[in-house]
Amino acid sequence: MLQRLFRRRTQWLFLAPALIVYTVFMVYPLLSSFGYSFFEWDGYIRKGFAGLANYQKVLFERPYSERLVGALKHNVVFFTLTFTIQTTLGLFLAVMLNRGGRFLRACQVAYFAPYTLSLVVVGFLWLLLLNPTWGQVNKILAAAGLGRFARPWLGDMATALPAIILVNAWRWLGFPITVYLAGLKGIPEELHEAARVDGATPWQVFRNVTLPLLAPTIGMVSVLTFIYDFNAFELIFVMQGSNGSPFYATDVLGTFFYRTAFGDSTTGGEVGQVGLGSAIAVLMFLLVCAASVIGVSLMWRQEVEM
Amino acid sequence: MTVNAATAGAGSSKAFKAPKAAKASRAPKPFKASKAQGLGLWALHSFMGLYALVVSYPLFLMVITAFKTTREIFFAPFALPSKWSLANFAVVWQRAEFPVYMKNSLLVTGTSVTLIACIASLAAYALARYRFRGNAALYVYFLAGLMVPIRLGVLPLFLLMRDLGLLDTHYSLVLTYVASGMPMSVFILTGFFRALPQELEFAARIDGCTEFQVFYRVMLPLVRPALATVMLINFVPLWNDFFFPLIFLRSDSLKTIPLGMTVFFGQYETDWGVVFAGMLLASVPLLVLYLLMSQQFIKGLTAGAVKG
Repeated sequence: MLQRLFRRRTQWLFLAPALIVYTVFMVYPLLSSFGYSFFEWDGYIRKGFAGLANYQKVLFERPYSERLVGALKHNVVFFTLTFTIQTTLGLFLAVMLNRGGRFLRACQVAYFAPYTLSLVVVGFLWLLLLNPTWGQVNKILAAAGLGRFARPWLGDMATALPAIILVNAWRWLGFPITVYLAGLKGIPEELHEAARVDGATPWQVFRNVTLPLLAPTIGMVSVLTFIYDFNAFELIFVMQGSNGSPFYATDVLGTFFYRTAFGDSTTGGEVGQVGLGSAIAVLMFLLVCAASVIGVSLMWRQEVEM
Repeated sequence: MTVNAATAGAGSSKAFKAPKAAKASRAPKPFKASKAQGLGLWALHSFMGLYALVVSYPLFLMVITAFKTTREIFFAPFALPSKWSLANFAVVWQRAEFPVYMKNSLLVTGTSVTLIACIASLAAYALARYRFRGNAALYVYFLAGLMVPIRLGVLPLFLLMRDLGLLDTHYSLVLTYVASGMPMSVFILTGFFRALPQELEFAARIDGCTEFQVFYRVMLPLVRPALATVMLINFVPLWNDFFFPLIFLRSDSLKTIPLGMTVFFGQYETDWGVVFAGMLLASVPLLVLYLLMSQQFIKGLTAGAVKG
């Protein structure tokens, strides 16, 4: 009897550790951000109920509103450019890699390698390569006779954000390529054969057979990229500091949140503002949730099809 | 299918089975290969190779610069080092806190990954092999965390760690990492546990195994490849994580490599060779692991994104 009772409860013993850790250290913090955002805070001590005051401040009061809009814009640019690179160059490389062969497999290993690096290492590496006076990027330009294009890439308002995005793409691109490749391998070859026999050009085969079948994978990767890009932080923090220099040109939601929540080290150790920080986190949470609902439904469909 | 048999000729029957076999069927098509196609292939390979070189070049620079003196870095930035000197590495290893950071990274990442594998496989086993009320709901509950980055909850997490007295300890990192690793790990492992035949479980029970023994002795060894995947996909981001150490840790003696790098970079900013040696040392464990088992890496890290 006791044993039967025990047996019926076994699953809960199995589940307990995961359930407790996951609930206490992930679900609870994520959800209580909402609660925190409705309170007034003095440093890290909770005061009275504040209603929507934090949101009002973040959304409509300077300098917060200005920074929020600026950061959001930069995140949108970040995602748009990354998305464009990975669905053109990335997809092209993946389709070509799909022909197989030892040489192309070696290429794939090279494409994916930067993805194993820490963003901190990537940041420092490119900080040195892009250094205006002795960085190798400008030296390569000079050596190629393009010296007039040399510039302080990270110090120039116009080029700082694109430079960061390209550095990020350098590390990231191996991931979408690899996922696309896995998706391409799942498309039965006879579908391509059939189209070719019907007289389709390679472009038509790609456009009318490969692309539609790969669409769920592309959607999935795009959603992951969106979530990742709207949480960008490390690269900018390491390369441009917590306020996204020059003059907030590379400021994103991640750095804006960090400065607000944990204090801005550049202005002399100002204390973090938990209420405002939580309000920003909630806004980011809603953005990400919208994307992940799409992502999960895509994944669901894909799993059903398989 | 008749179409396929007509075109691919010999070896086409294999093409029906799997993509892998389909690749083999692509080989016997030389009768079509004209001069133009050969040229196209050549152009393709050179483009792909060129791009691979461009992507690898910064890595190559990182490696050679780490062996150079500062003088050489300035006056011959693209040349190979005249003498492969280990002096920079000696500075990194002896004067900086580097060995401490390395030890901390190994400790935190190792503990977290092991705990994730243990806890997630227990939970996944229960979700996959037991029928009970709330099973489906719990599975969705775990899955819900799949796409929400835990860092959005960092403020409450920070205050929670403060209240638990865990700030500036490795426990705060391990607990955060284990929690954030649950959704993906449970998702992947549940898929694998579900695929195991039920007869094994029955046989083990008849042989007198307890519930835990069924799990540990019979079922767990069968999902070992999935377990390796889970450990790999958690290891890489945790080893590289910078955000949570930045928030939770103050003491220099507790810092992990990515955070320690920033300290180190501040100290040796003008000494390029030393900085590059530090970066190389920080990246070498994962890079070597990657070069040794790149196929498993690529498969593992993309497993979650495509299909569990």
